[in-house]
Amino acid sequence: MDLTFVVISLIKILVVFAVLMTTLAYLQWVERKVIAHIQVRPGPYRVGPHGLLQPLADVIKLLTKEDLVPPYVNKALYLAAPFLAITMALLSISVIPFGPEITVFGHQTLMQLTDLNIGVLFVLAVSSLGVYGIALAGWSSNNKYALIGGLRSSAQMISYELPMSLAIAAPLLISNTLSLHDLVMRQEGSILSWNLLHGPFPQIFSFIIFLIAAFAETNRVPFDLPEAENELVAGFHTEYSSMKFASFFMAEYANMITVSSMATLLFLGGWMAPWPEKYGSSFVPAVIFAFAGVVALYHGMHAARRRDKKTLPVFGIIFLLIAVVFVLPITQIWLIPLFWFCAKTGAILFTFMWVRGTLPRFRYDQLMGFTWKFLFPVAILNLLVTGFLVAWFS
Amino acid sequence: MPSGYVPILIFLVIAILFPIVTIIAAKLIRPSAPFLVKLEAYECGIKAASDSRGRYTVRFYIVAILFVIFDVETIFLFPWAVRYRDLGWFGVAEVGVFLAILVVGYIWAYKKGALEWV
Repeated sequence: MDLTFVVISLIKILVVFAVLMTTLAYLQWVERKVIAHIQVRPGPYRVGPHGLLQPLADVIKLLTKEDLVPPYVNKALYLAAPFLAITMALLSISVIPFGPEITVFGHQTLMQLTDLNIGVLFVLAVSSLGVYGIALAGWSSNNKYALIGGLRSSAQMISYELPMSLAIAAPLLISNTLSLHDLVMRQEGSILSWNLLHGPFPQIFSFIIFLIAAFAETNRVPFDLPEAENELVAGFHTEYSSMKFASFFMAEYANMITVSSMATLLFLGGWMAPWPEKYGSSFVPAVIFAFAGVVALYHGMHAARRRDKKTLPVFGIIFLLIAVVFVLPITQIWLIPLFWFCAKTGAILFTFMWVRGTLPRFRYDQLMGFTWKFLFPVAILNLLVTGFLVAWFS
Repeated sequence: MPSGYVPILIFLVIAILFPIVTIIAAKLIRPSAPFLVKLEAYECGIKAASDSRGRYTVRFYIVAILFVIFDVETIFLFPWAVRYRDLGWFGVAEVGVFLAILVVGYIWAYKKGALEWV
């Protein structure tokens, strides 16, 4: 291990951390916008153009809020819980690869903090440690709502972990590796070599089981029983305020990003384009951004609101510039894989928001019955059928 | 490959420092004016009738026990999946027997009503 390795690692860590924090803040803005548009209302619109500065305002609000620590809580555990939640949620992102191996200033480096040979197990292990944060928060608050919320949440998270790990094991039968980098490299080619559609047994069922379990693991609608606000106020974080509350909030969004990228890596071919480069897949991002730029410019010319007359042309020009960056050969090498990775992960994140805007909440006995009596046996069956077919055809 | 874990260690340090720094920063600028009513347990404005350190349903305990059994068995499947192509039909038969035992236990738990939530 030499100095360049440490320096490159440090730079990568800082870049990933900065991007991650921005994404966490803006993911929440995107979610509010998406749900607002599903419910036919504009969403955040006051702070900055189209509410773009809303995350900043939220951060300032959360920083300056009074931080109440009730006297009857179990103080040590009460303080440790949000730390555990946010640290474990951030840590699991450290092994996620965003792109292939690239050369920067003569140094070969992965677009990933580090490629562990047990990457899949690392993500599973660290993300399940997040349960401790929630269970401890619920118990140490010494509040009935928090206790019930924490218990419900831990029971739900450990129950859905079983079908989730079984759904992860099935594509591994095809890929035969636990390293996340190799996992993607073995799905190289076209959309047909992604684990989702790859023969002999397309992993569509595993993908659906994984997504359902991912919704429950991140405590999202329709499985958001731990914070069912009309019966439990706010569930396990009822007694938390200010930055401690924000830690839980960020942990939830970080977990969403982790499971979405895991779904992308395991089933959707990671940073691989849906069809080979020789049929022009490397021009797709440029075309998409150019089209977005032209649409924004057109609507800026025929503005519906007065303020759009200024903001939309600016967005249009930014989109066109991004389109130009995507055709430059220097940036293309690492931007195109990054684009596909972000597009696939973003599509799954959008599904999270879409489902939140569409579905009602489960009842708790339905929720537990669903995983133990249906999802778990189906996942075992799926694993066995996959194993049988892979052995038969190889 | 222990050097692969060095970036994770650095990332862990940053991930631990981040909440500490933000909470301390918030402590410097936020107001603090606690009084008795504000510090009570939040129960929608009604005075708390009892402590929350009471009993709760045994169902959570059963779920935890079931989880430990089945999760350990699930983890055993990962090394099998990685070496799957080398093991061939031998691997299929081994895991068939392994999962058969698991499924017998599952059916027994189902019949006993351990999976019912009422």
